[in-house]
Amino acid sequence: MPEIATETTAPVGQEQAEEPRRRRRRRRGDPGTSDERSGVWYPRWYWPSFIAPGTIALIFLFVLPFYVVFSVAFGTVDFNNFGTAVPYYAPWWWSFHTFNGTLQQFYAGSHIYQDPLFRTFEYVIAASIICLVVGYAVAYYTARFATKYKGLILILLVSPFWISYLMRIYAWQGLLDTDGPINVILGPFGFRNTNFLEGKPITIILGLVYGYIPFMILPIYASLDRIQESLLEAGRDLGGSGAQTFWRVTLPLSRPAILAGIVIVTLPMFGDYYTNDLLGSTKTSMFGNLISQQTEATAGSTRAASLVLILSVIVLIPMMYYLRETKRQVEQA
Amino acid sequence: MSIAAAPEAPVRGIRGYFRNPWRRPRFLQATTIGYLLWSLLPVIIAVIFSFNAGRSRASWQGFGLRWWTADPTDSILHDAEIRAAMLQTFKLSILTVIIAVPLGTLFAIGIDRWHGRPARAANFTMLLSFVVPEIILGVSLYILFTSLFKNFIPLGTNAQLLGLIAYQVSYPVIIVRARLLSIGPEYEEAAMDLGGTPNQAIRRVLLPLLTPAIFASVALVFADTVDDFVTVQALSAGSTSQTLAMKIYSAARASPTPEVNAAATVMLISTLLVIAGGVLFYKRFSKGQELGGATDFAQL
Repeated sequence: MPEIATETTAPVGQEQAEEPRRRRRRRRGDPGTSDERSGVWYPRWYWPSFIAPGTIALIFLFVLPFYVVFSVAFGTVDFNNFGTAVPYYAPWWWSFHTFNGTLQQFYAGSHIYQDPLFRTFEYVIAASIICLVVGYAVAYYTARFATKYKGLILILLVSPFWISYLMRIYAWQGLLDTDGPINVILGPFGFRNTNFLEGKPITIILGLVYGYIPFMILPIYASLDRIQESLLEAGRDLGGSGAQTFWRVTLPLSRPAILAGIVIVTLPMFGDYYTNDLLGSTKTSMFGNLISQQTEATAGSTRAASLVLILSVIVLIPMMYYLRETKRQVEQA
Repeated sequence: MSIAAAPEAPVRGIRGYFRNPWRRPRFLQATTIGYLLWSLLPVIIAVIFSFNAGRSRASWQGFGLRWWTADPTDSILHDAEIRAAMLQTFKLSILTVIIAVPLGTLFAIGIDRWHGRPARAANFTMLLSFVVPEIILGVSLYILFTSLFKNFIPLGTNAQLLGLIAYQVSYPVIIVRARLLSIGPEYEEAAMDLGGTPNQAIRRVLLPLLTPAIFASVALVFADTVDDFVTVQALSAGSTSQTLAMKIYSAARASPTPEVNAAATVMLISTLLVIAGGVLFYKRFSKGQELGGATDFAQL
């Protein structure tokens, strides 16, 4: 009610109040920036000065490093100095020789990078599917059926966010040890003294699921929680079975959240290397491991830079999708 | 008699369960409970094993405070390396909060009010820094600090701090921005209608309204930097700038003892305390304004 009242009366009063300010601005010849709704005059630099410090930090610590990555990847290597990187900062000097050398490791010659690349895709896809299936079930139960304990379940669902990823994976390292609890439990089923940590793909996939599934559950939960009961009732009233209602009402309504969840989960998985460092071996190394090995090597900068560029290309599409979606959400809000 | 009543009587057994439209969702319930146990039990077990009397973190050898206080060299109380790592962790976290939260808050306010082309570009870059996999940002910064900035910002604490700021500054932006969208411009307009200058309106009206979001950002950034591993490791200069997370990582790859569990527990408790504080604060200050509380906080 009050909203309607202000809408009908405010413009008249506002315009009268705005008039002198606008005239003053024109007289000064300063275009300025004005908030049209409030009519308050701000100096031209006013809002930009809020953005400036953060933007400067981003330029020096995000844009510039990425540019330097290009310069190093498309630079050359000084063989007289232990193969250290010689970056070319000017784009017109960029040569693709060393970058090509790295790229060729994926398909030509001994192609030592090919297996980790394919493995990364396999693990990421398998882990995302498990995340989606389990995560959807948990989110669905929490949104629809958890009545009395909803608050508690939510807190428990969120808590992994505040526990260091490293500690959560480290915890599994102890559990999966040859003399650890998992071996004791699985002992009667013929798993006695199994070394789960010697590079078993299933360990890595479940480790990735364990690490990133909270990121899947929360967006799906949020979208399922928003679905109005009346829509589901309408589905049932129109003769749909429970499964049909789910398939044709609930699932389509949660589709954006599913896609968002998949993107949020796969992005860090593509760059993950610590899961394999703690739970696997070189037999299960992933793309991230290739990069982290190069940063530990004495003269790995050029390689690392090339690999970072390749990884950026791989994650570009999911990243752009995510950015577009968040932008749309902000505009809707 | 009983024959006539049979079709109406509930069919028992598995088939009856699936025919009953009001059945309890047993399967989903079991999945959820199983998931929660699976997600939290390992961490609880790891905490318990920090009190193991023996050297193993996999088989229980009796209760003892050996790895917390008792051992003269290898307990976290007496291990100089762990103490240095803790100090480094909290130093980095506090400094990151002090720098990144104000930067992000100002940025969010600016972005919310100024819609020019540079603002859009800056916002896009900010969001990009939020979604980019951490290894990309971490290794890019590593390359920056070992090539272009080699001579005036070498790897080490300063580089780690700058890297953490770059990675964390987007959190306050997103949280504060969400809050700004829900507040709307009316309060500020009212303040200026009552004769306040834009600066006064921001300082005395907008900032108090943003307090819950700012505190949420502080808690989030602090917890996240304590847990951060990728950036901090990529930009460290060896053992002098080792943090707890790095210590856990390097010990886990060598021959871990329950001392690592104890160090991880310290990390866990400090982040949970800060987050709990953040949630309580958020709840108190946003009372009656929104749904409030943990669920709201969770979706940030």
